[in-house]
Amino acid sequence: MRSNRRRTAFLLCCVAPAVILFVIFMVIPTVNVFRLSLFQRSTFNPKETFIGLKNFQMLMEDAVFIRSMQNMLLLIVMVTIFTMGTALVFAGILTREKLKGQNFFRIVFYIPNILSVVVISGIFSAIYDVDKGLLNSILNLFGKESVLWKGEQHVITSLVIAMVWQAIGYYMVMYMSSMGAVSESVYEAADLDGASRVNQFFQVTLPLIWTNIRTTLTFFIISTINMAFLFVSAMTGGGPNNSSNVALLYMYNQKNLGGGYGYAMAIGVVIFLVSFGLSALVNKVTDREVLEY
Amino acid sequence: MKLKKESNRTDLLYKVFIYLVLGILALLILVPVVWVIVASVKETTEHYGSPWALPSHIHWQNFADAWNKANMGGYMLHSVTVTAMALAILLVVALPASYCLARFQFVGQGLLKTCFMAGLFINVNYIVVPIYLMLSDGDKWLKTVLGNGFLLNNHFVVAVVYAATALPFTIYLLSSYFATLPHGFEEAAYVDGAGYGRTMIQIIFPLAKPSIITVILFNFLSFWNEYIIIKTLVTERDQWTLPAGLLNLMQAQQSAAEYGPMYAGLVLVMLPVLILYICVQRNLTKGMTVGGLKG
Repeated sequence: MRSNRRRTAFLLCCVAPAVILFVIFMVIPTVNVFRLSLFQRSTFNPKETFIGLKNFQMLMEDAVFIRSMQNMLLLIVMVTIFTMGTALVFAGILTREKLKGQNFFRIVFYIPNILSVVVISGIFSAIYDVDKGLLNSILNLFGKESVLWKGEQHVITSLVIAMVWQAIGYYMVMYMSSMGAVSESVYEAADLDGASRVNQFFQVTLPLIWTNIRTTLTFFIISTINMAFLFVSAMTGGGPNNSSNVALLYMYNQKNLGGGYGYAMAIGVVIFLVSFGLSALVNKVTDREVLEY
Repeated sequence: MKLKKESNRTDLLYKVFIYLVLGILALLILVPVVWVIVASVKETTEHYGSPWALPSHIHWQNFADAWNKANMGGYMLHSVTVTAMALAILLVVALPASYCLARFQFVGQGLLKTCFMAGLFINVNYIVVPIYLMLSDGDKWLKTVLGNGFLLNNHFVVAVVYAATALPFTIYLLSSYFATLPHGFEEAAYVDGAGYGRTMIQIIFPLAKPSIITVILFNFLSFWNEYIIIKTLVTERDQWTLPAGLLNLMQAQQSAAEYGPMYAGLVLVMLPVLILYICVQRNLTKGMTVGGLKG
């Protein structure tokens, strides 16, 4: 009996602090996002008035919100396709071929992932600068006109390039480790059957690591919503003219835009729902029979 | 024979092509990083010349300006203290919790595990506004009771928020490691008369050293590079950490066109991370397989 009580006390001491911190700083704020979205609360007055779904009605008519949602989705789609596609192909090459300097490439490709988004946006400011930028100086070398990389027309492309640059190495290293676990004999059998390298990649490698691709895809979409916010807020601040604004930044800026916290949290709810919806969709679309080897 | 030769030649071409593509990709990553490091020792006038020109001499003054005038020294100190505190809190809280969740059976264990797993889907930037509201409301209440609020503009609170929001990932990673250890370790320790706490601290934690290192590395990177939370929860600008301070400096220098100190500031933020990375890259890329879910 005594030892049982000691066991309970021990478990309580170990688990309680984590649970308390988790509840205070994650569960309650998350619940508050949903609760406050039904209230009106201005930036300066903490008084909360229940207004039902009015915040959401206002959102539907808010052109900036719709624009920032579109930008967010556009960034998710573009960044996901480019990052995942390139990362998978390069990982396939690096694991299948016996190349010298594999470790060097792995170290280099992972570097962007350890840098702060602020540092990356500083680096890309140097690249995209109109007069002194690296990209324009290369364009000028070939007799092309300078391009306003952060202008309204190109800002999304510029963001996609920076975000892919940041994410590619992480996913490559991850896919390399899961591809490395595929047994060599599978490829030997494919070789005997006369399958080309390209065929082997699509019909052996990809199906065998499919579970891994699915999981990473789901998490990638959620993290891209967040990364888009970080990149946009550090690189462009949403400008010019909201042409690069994303939903999470628009939510964050409500404090200064005067929309109030209730309105901000309504945006948060929409983002939550969209991110869960997208994850569910991706899960559904990518659902196939799991191959074992 | 002829066929073999031909396939050897295409093989060789293919290899050359792959090296070429990989080399270009590596350059695309290395060139901007190296360029910024070079630009950080250029004179102000040199920034108006060709961006590819090398500096005539190493202009250390940029670093002195960034460190003193732009307050990078102060930001660096805040970064070190906040990151260290957050890591300490995280380890003290997460290690015992992951151990118990992985190796004991108790009421509510399944529910707790599911909750922490669900937490993996909640990014801290989704909830930074409600966290701010909670703390500022708390401050207002404290002001009426104690006459003084201490929740906002407090590095310790920021460290607690960092630690708390890193819990789901850390617990997930640690408990999946603890679950793989054989139960014999504890049984042997209990037979020798060690209590629960002593077994955990003296037997199990040392075994988990590789996982603990992975956890420290990943969280060090995310705490060190974080700038949204510190900007939100700390309203006094001179109390910010390096990335937030750097962003401030970048926005200010763009109008003032003083590029030297700005690039020096960039290098100051980047360098500690790069050095650490070069020392531990093996651990980091190895830890990826377990840390596969981190966004």
